[in-house]
Amino acid sequence: MLRVAVVRFPGSNCDLDTLRSAQRVGTEAYFVWHRDTDLKGADCVLLPGGFSYGDYLRSGAIARFSPIMNAVQRHAEGGGPLLGICNGFQILCEAGMLPGALMRNVRLSFVSRPVSLRVEQTDTAFTNQYEENALIRMPVAHGDGRYVADPETLRRLEAERRIVVRYVRPDGASADGENPNGSLNDIAGICNGAGNVVGLMPHPDRASDPALGPAQGAGFFQSMLTWDHIAKGAR
Amino acid sequence: MSYRVHVRVVPRAGLLDPQGQAVEHALSALGFREAGSVRIGKAIELEVQARSAEEAEQAARRMCEKLLANPVTEDYSLEVET
Repeated sequence: MLRVAVVRFPGSNCDLDTLRSAQRVGTEAYFVWHRDTDLKGADCVLLPGGFSYGDYLRSGAIARFSPIMNAVQRHAEGGGPLLGICNGFQILCEAGMLPGALMRNVRLSFVSRPVSLRVEQTDTAFTNQYEENALIRMPVAHGDGRYVADPETLRRLEAERRIVVRYVRPDGASADGENPNGSLNDIAGICNGAGNVVGLMPHPDRASDPALGPAQGAGFFQSMLTWDHIAKGAR
Repeated sequence: MSYRVHVRVVPRAGLLDPQGQAVEHALSALGFREAGSVRIGKAIELEVQARSAEEAEQAARRMCEKLLANPVTEDYSLEVET
């Protein structure tokens, strides 16, 4: 059975949703504490949403120095699947494992509602179960979700097709900047060059239990099971 | 020696600063039409143990680069009290 480590930081609050989402697709998911130094043989690592360290200084700025992050970094460098959801995405950017940063939402308010997304890159450890350009709806819940990066980084992300999910209008048309938080290029989530590291602001963990509504985020967790069967050398 | 260091962190020029914009609008609404280009950042004060002010400044600079400022989105400046 696939072993999935969900890292808990002080202030994580989507840890249980994330654990259940991973278990629901048939993985052996378990928690590791941020002070641990060992991922206990994890095949995949998930950084859940929340407000690690109270978002002090900047969202994710302090969590990246947690003892467990050395092991997380080694896991990712070895090609291991690593997903950062919401605060987890902020941590990955602060740690330099994904480029760019998440800043205060453009209209300053905390945004908590379902959003429409287009899955643009499906050759990743967490989106290979989606059809390319699939339209899905998942909730966002964040105050610091405005993705920014310098023009050269943005150009490279677009050229290398590393925008994994993008905010769109409900009918799938381009949001043209009218996205929930003011993210540049309507970016909701990105990946590293190899596709094993993915970060996104929307919450697949809150859209993966059919009992609670459309489970259009479940594919992120199902994709972990099939990533090994996809030719990684193809990219 | 202990040196008091003042660190100023501001959003990088060119990046949208919605807090600064909101405060600028509020100032304008209060009649302060002369105010413009408002940017909102952070002030961090700390004591640094060092042999000289230069050494304290170098240490504080390393702290800014590693943690206190995000090199993607923020610029910083620092001042060592002597």
